[in-house]
Amino acid sequence: MPASPPPACAHSQAEPARPDAPAAPAAGPRAFGQALRTVAFVGEVLLALARWLRGGPGPRAAEVLQQLDHCGPRSLPIVLLTCALAGLMVAYMGGAQLARIGAQGYIADIVTVGVVREIAGVMTGIILAGRIGSAYAAQLAAMEAGEEIDALRVLGVDPVAHLVLPRVLALVAVMPVLYVFGAVVGVAAGWLAAVGAYGVSSAEYVQQSLRALSFTDLWIGLTKATIYAVLVGLAGCREGLHAGRSAQAVGAATTRAVVKALVWIVAAATVTTVVLTSMGY
Amino acid sequence: MPPPLTQTRAAPADAPALLQARGLAIEAGGRIVQQGLDFDVRRGEVLAIVGPSGCGKTTLLRHLVGLAVPRAGRVLLEGQDLHAGDEAALAALRRRFGVMFQAGALWTSMTVGENLMLPLRLFTPLDGAARERRARAKLALVGLESAFGLMPAGLSGGMRKRAALARALTLEPELLFLDEPGSGLDPVNSARLDELVLDLRHHLGTTVVMVTHEVPSVLAVADRMLYLDEQERTMTALAPPALLLEQGPPAVRRFLRRSAGAPAGEAA
Repeated sequence: MPASPPPACAHSQAEPARPDAPAAPAAGPRAFGQALRTVAFVGEVLLALARWLRGGPGPRAAEVLQQLDHCGPRSLPIVLLTCALAGLMVAYMGGAQLARIGAQGYIADIVTVGVVREIAGVMTGIILAGRIGSAYAAQLAAMEAGEEIDALRVLGVDPVAHLVLPRVLALVAVMPVLYVFGAVVGVAAGWLAAVGAYGVSSAEYVQQSLRALSFTDLWIGLTKATIYAVLVGLAGCREGLHAGRSAQAVGAATTRAVVKALVWIVAAATVTTVVLTSMGY
Repeated sequence: MPPPLTQTRAAPADAPALLQARGLAIEAGGRIVQQGLDFDVRRGEVLAIVGPSGCGKTTLLRHLVGLAVPRAGRVLLEGQDLHAGDEAALAALRRRFGVMFQAGALWTSMTVGENLMLPLRLFTPLDGAARERRARAKLALVGLESAFGLMPAGLSGGMRKRAALARALTLEPELLFLDEPGSGLDPVNSARLDELVLDLRHHLGTTVVMVTHEVPSVLAVADRMLYLDEQERTMTALAPPALLLEQGPPAVRRFLRRSAGAPAGEAA
């Protein structure tokens, strides 16, 4: 049977194409474009979260559990070590200054408030950025290069709901636990320095710590730590999902994810400290 | 530029168009690789997209399945523009597709069986046992019954491809896209895959669009062949492959004969 021929490949029918090879945008517009993509990505994550909370598609329980295992218990030793060293460092530096005016007894105030409000959260965030944010970026970038994410999209599965939400939620879930452990160990390490190097008694250190610490310090520290967890998760997943389709892109995405997370953590720490302090907290 | 050859073979020649490309211009890496693409994929046919490396075959496939937005023109599924609606509308259209990607694209954190059952869990009312039965049946179709519990990392390249094909078939799509299905397969499995494609077409009426370098496969299974020319950056032939082999534009005949192993001079 003769077939009606398909439309010929007539260029006159084609809609006009834009110029062949557009010039690469300058650094300024490129950075602006990157920032816009990041904002758009954050919007996608929030929308996916809202859809899930309203009963829509969300993360698989198995995926969340796998990520929880990866983020939590396996990060604990290194978080404890870094928080302990940071607490020790603050105690030594603070003690050296306070000893000049004979106020070593206040080492506990500096260490406890500093570690609980700022240092435990920042150190835990930094460790998670290097350990988990980079892993997220590498995993998702490898999936992008291997067309696994395209395979999800073709099925109509939202990669943000399926891959990003479980990772960010796992980080948010484990962060408070890591933070609390980190803070306790940091304050305990400060006790070592105070007692060992500056002659403060254990009872005085504990008493002064409890006197200095307020519930406000705790919730501020916990809130900040949770913000850092979200930033680490977003940076890792954003860089992984937008990595490109080559093997080299995986390494580049990993580096960008860590750098971005660190910058975001420091910026968030600064902004929250300035804002909360100026508000009287 | 020679006009495209657009004769057709008898098989599904009178079938209505299922998928249409209209004035399509596609880009990769910010550069237009093909433009002015106008063709129909008819319901029930096997259409092979062929051309030299770098001509944009895989890029075209990504546009046809809605993974990339064309620089110009439209892709229509039964008259519906893939990109006219929102993401949900596109997702609904895509569920009529099955796609086998070039490297398989199995989800590496799941077993092969879970890879096949995930689409069933998401988009069918089947219970767990029924999902497993369906997944095992699809694996048997591609000769991978024993791979159900294996992780993708434990499969060879060819096995991964066959598992990916089984996954593409789980939702029993009406339109199946295959990206280089035969590459990495031994001749026996490659021939088996060709037979499977023909079976799907004959028994289920599945429409197949395959991107391939394997000219023997094209000659064995394709009703029509679309040739993308790298120099012209557009399609220069759309016709049954056997016809193109004899009467196609010189560049197409050269490509087919070289790829099929015949002396290139015969094409001149």
